[in-house]
Amino acid sequence: MTNASTLIPRIPRALSLALRPLPLAPLSFALTGYVRKSAARHPSLIRRLGEHDRTHFVLDPTDLPFVICLDPGAGSPRVRVTRRPGTGAARIAGPLAALIGLVHGAYDGDALFFSRDLMIEGDTAAALALRNAVDDAELDLADDIARMTGPFAAILHSALAFAERRTGVSLSRPEEAGAW
Amino acid sequence: MVMEIVCPAGTPAALRAAVKAGAHTVYCGFADETNARNFPGLNFSREEMREGVAFAHGHGAKVLVAINTFPRAGGEALWHRAVADAEQAGADAVILADLGLLANTARQHPGLRCHLSVQAAAANADMINFYGRELGVKRVVLPRVLSVPEIAAINAETEVETEVFVFGGLCVMAEGRCAMSSWATGKSPNMNGVCSPASHVEYHDQGGVLDARLGGYTIHRVGAGESAPYPTLCKGVFRAGDAEGHLFEDAVSLNAEHLIPQLKKAGVTALKIEGRQRSRAYVAQVVRNFRAAVDALEAGQPMPEGMLARLSEGQATTTGAYKKTWR
Repeated sequence: MTNASTLIPRIPRALSLALRPLPLAPLSFALTGYVRKSAARHPSLIRRLGEHDRTHFVLDPTDLPFVICLDPGAGSPRVRVTRRPGTGAARIAGPLAALIGLVHGAYDGDALFFSRDLMIEGDTAAALALRNAVDDAELDLADDIARMTGPFAAILHSALAFAERRTGVSLSRPEEAGAW
Repeated sequence: MVMEIVCPAGTPAALRAAVKAGAHTVYCGFADETNARNFPGLNFSREEMREGVAFAHGHGAKVLVAINTFPRAGGEALWHRAVADAEQAGADAVILADLGLLANTARQHPGLRCHLSVQAAAANADMINFYGRELGVKRVVLPRVLSVPEIAAINAETEVETEVFVFGGLCVMAEGRCAMSSWATGKSPNMNGVCSPASHVEYHDQGGVLDARLGGYTIHRVGAGESAPYPTLCKGVFRAGDAEGHLFEDAVSLNAEHLIPQLKKAGVTALKIEGRQRSRAYVAQVVRNFRAAVDALEAGQPMPEGMLARLSEGQATTTGAYKKTWR
């Protein structure tokens, strides 16, 4: 038997346990706001979902004590953070670093699937549409979050870059500077 | 002359990533059944195609539009419109498979360069010369059934350029004629642009054991920690008597990077990378790798070491038919 898994960073168990008491309602509210702004900024995100633009997704960061339920709402998205398992037609599960890395285009979804770092259950077509839509949108969480913090943007950028270096988690979109 | 690297792009972002990573040429398709990667969330609208072509041309790269499925009887207009729209978008060539569509394109769009898709399975010089002479085909994408000496033999007898796959998923050795996906799901890459459509695929993970089902059939099961293949019947595990194993193909990817010097010597013009269904991360990494390889070859330097195993199906690679060790 081969060990297929790649070296995706995992949230330490102690930190995951420490996050358990986190109030989920404010997190849901903040994430809904972020996703709505992203959908407005990148209209192709919802358009690429096509017939799956009302499918409920469960994004399951397997090293965190909660899941993220996303309803694209045909352009009026809503996010609900809940305890496992969450309800939805399609589940995409993997370490938080793998899910964020997919958003930033740092990892290839098929490669994560081959290595068993990413798991898809339920409506495979919807999960594929979401993955492809997100890959095309070229999102940058660090940039977006920093933009929302106004005068604290520079400080936050530095903090996220520091966290990225320390954890190995892709918290921003990698540079695409060509080799030629 | 540097061998041309022909790269996949399933989305505009992947096209930009390919061009920035050093692709000479990018191939892509419209978001409908006219192209053989008609997957959810992928492909280009007409406007995105125009913008993509403009971006590529602005960076000195070419764009090929794949219209490489076989038109349905009574539905030909969709394919004719795709060819016209590709020309209007400024595409450098269209990649076609169907004889009728090739003939129509040669008649209606005489200025549009045509490449023959791998789906047409043109595997000998007589056939390739027929396409070149009668239908004006300028380049043929060779099916993945030929050894390097066989490719050299073809190139010795034709003026039509040849393009060969060097990296990515492998297909059964009857491209354009495979009916396995159609048998299991009613949809095929040849007619609908989808091999093993995602809408017919289900995964079930129980205690780390992953079952993949296609059209209700369990086609393979991998244990905890084992790498997973694509859910295609050709990579399925079959049981016959007491024996169980892969019947058609192992779950491996093609990687012919070390054969690039031999392919150049065999007269090949362009090297094609498979994977329009893959992400921009894959596209950028594979393109950089192959661009470095052809540049090194041109400069007379040693070929760089590849780093592509992690991106490969089954995390394993093969040189496929280029080295027919099974014969």
